[in-house]
Amino acid sequence: MRKVAIYGKGGIGKSTTTQNTVAGLVELGRKIMVVGCDPKADSTRLLLGGLAQKSVLDTLREEGEDVELDDIRKEGYGGTWCVESGGPEPGVGCAGRGIITSINMLESLGAYEDSEALDYAFYDVLGDVVCGGFAMPIRDGKAEEIYIVVSGEMMAMYAANNISKGIVKFAQSGSVRLGGLICNSRAVDNEAEMIEKFAAKLGTKMIHFVPRHNDVQRAEINRKTVIEWKPEVPQAEVYRELAKAIDENKDFVIPTPMEIEVLEELLMEYGLMQAA
Amino acid sequence: MLLRHTPKEITERKALTINPAKTCQPIGAMYAALGVHGCLPHSHGSQGCCAYHRSALTRHYKEPVSASTSSFTEGASVFGGQANMLQAINNIFTVYNPEVIAVHTTCLSETIGDDLPQIKKKAETEGKIPAGKHVISASTPSYSGSHVTGFSNMVKAMADMAEPTGKKNGKVNIIPGWVEPADMEEIKRLTSMVGVQTILFPDTSGVLNGPLSGEYKMFPDGGTTVAELKSSGDSIGTLALGEWCSADAARFLDKAHKVPCSVLDMPFGLKATDRFIDALRTVAGVTVPDELSMERGQLVDLISDMHQYFYKKKVALAGDPDQLIAMTEFLVSIDMCPVHIVTGTPGKKFEKRIREITKDMGCEVNVKAKGDLFQLHQWIKNEPVDLLICNTYGKYIARDEDIPLVRWGFPILDRQGHQYFPTVGYKGGLRLLEKILGVIMDRKDRDDPEETFELVL
Repeated sequence: MRKVAIYGKGGIGKSTTTQNTVAGLVELGRKIMVVGCDPKADSTRLLLGGLAQKSVLDTLREEGEDVELDDIRKEGYGGTWCVESGGPEPGVGCAGRGIITSINMLESLGAYEDSEALDYAFYDVLGDVVCGGFAMPIRDGKAEEIYIVVSGEMMAMYAANNISKGIVKFAQSGSVRLGGLICNSRAVDNEAEMIEKFAAKLGTKMIHFVPRHNDVQRAEINRKTVIEWKPEVPQAEVYRELAKAIDENKDFVIPTPMEIEVLEELLMEYGLMQAA
Repeated sequence: MLLRHTPKEITERKALTINPAKTCQPIGAMYAALGVHGCLPHSHGSQGCCAYHRSALTRHYKEPVSASTSSFTEGASVFGGQANMLQAINNIFTVYNPEVIAVHTTCLSETIGDDLPQIKKKAETEGKIPAGKHVISASTPSYSGSHVTGFSNMVKAMADMAEPTGKKNGKVNIIPGWVEPADMEEIKRLTSMVGVQTILFPDTSGVLNGPLSGEYKMFPDGGTTVAELKSSGDSIGTLALGEWCSADAARFLDKAHKVPCSVLDMPFGLKATDRFIDALRTVAGVTVPDELSMERGQLVDLISDMHQYFYKKKVALAGDPDQLIAMTEFLVSIDMCPVHIVTGTPGKKFEKRIREITKDMGCEVNVKAKGDLFQLHQWIKNEPVDLLICNTYGKYIARDEDIPLVRWGFPILDRQGHQYFPTVGYKGGLRLLEKILGVIMDRKDRDDPEETFELVL
């Protein structure tokens, strides 16, 4: 089983990208579990056709500690298992601890056992690696490949660089590696070139460039992944390619995050090209 | 009437525990760690946790309990405890030089999300762990499970020290669970009587029931050695005593190193001891030695001699799941009626198991996992009992309701003997009955009117 975590700046499109890619992997015949690690519990909406999932922590809160696997996972598009970690309401409690609790619970309930015959476990993690809880998916023995969703915007790249620092910490002692950057385009000038250069500086590669297209939004309105909504549109093909790229990826590295000045220079270089 | 505010009428409670029947996970982890020879327990958290856990153990065992702490401050809470722990490892090996540091987490370090295996690897890479020395770790947040969970987690960390060589050592691993040092000694006596070579872990005998010799040893002579723990992966099998305390470690050895395991009940009372001896006999391929049959016969003799005093006496029990399961079976087997049974440790399996054991007893049974002593008290008010078996915290209920009390379990803070006299095995069964009969007879002598006050009972 390959264990994959998707990180990236808040609002960059991690959940959308993850679910659309998972749909692509389903078409390749893979058996997948998606674990949403976000208190908003919206990481599996497209696979389930709506926010139909009761989160692990809701279940824990309402039913106590004797939880069973079927209470917390639900079958979604193409036989994917969907789990939402969930968390406290905004402004209270500790969301990070929530993630630790959920992942421990999934492990103790045997969600990752060989008998489940999973090809992939995907962790879709909220925003940045802000505290120990949000690093849970990249601790040793959990996710082994990380993909960072990024765009050509400064703050997205800054977050990706920061996340890479978190990966380095855990990679030194464990098996977690960076698999690449997924560029979820914001239609910034020279975006692909800039992200490719950025990836190279991080010691990795841009695994795929996902162009911006309204079909993604339309599919979301229909509570579906693009592949399920309209398999024939070009954007569906993009996600199939991304799925294939991840499926075939063999380049896993310990990233080399850069100083903020280097990052600024990179942005200047490509930003000025646009001005010229 | 210290508990006079406890109402007889039972109302449903969801979010409130009153007079808990459990304590912190790290206390269990610390106790387990002391059963490894030359091991210093280390508390990864603020100082108060460590101080409390040490004193909780000292109050029960009446022995000094050494343990170190990562001494979290505001800074460590914000930045994570890695720096503190790295420095602690360095200091501990420099100053105290133990064989093993057994690190457990606390609520604070768990909530921060400190990853002990990662910190340990960093310490290894930075050369902070001298050659031949070891650091083991267990995750022990007190907001889940109980002291029993913490004990089990640390025992599992010990099992993780196994380094199989591929050549079997002909020994049997015995994981005794959270029993007294004297019980561990008794288990070793029983296994050697049957003729089985064992690796017992943890083993607190000789550590927490040591002699006063005038010389202070920070690391007493007792405890399972590192060499034994490493060798546990080469054993021919594992007997885990107690599902809650010992099964995780046994299953880990089974899964990781193919050491087959069986999980038995803790050997308290006649039947559970029979099963334990039978398992030993099967492993060793021998018949039960005569001396042991003799001990068993003595226990059966006492049960039959005094049966009239046990018959249909109602008992309330509070304690830890593995102990209570065996005790309930023992009481039922001598025709006593355990009618109220509470553990603070969660696990629905507990309630199920107790129901099975008591199903033919012919009395209504109240049983609760994740319950508390307040609830037990309310049950007693509604259905009075003749005997309470509980740790020292039960003395408030016993006094208010005027019930004979046998102190058994953890912690015992106001009586002596538990460190030195076992309650496991047939001999331990005799001692349990002696204690039970003692309080029942004392009560009878106190209450009998003059005309029925008997010389001979």
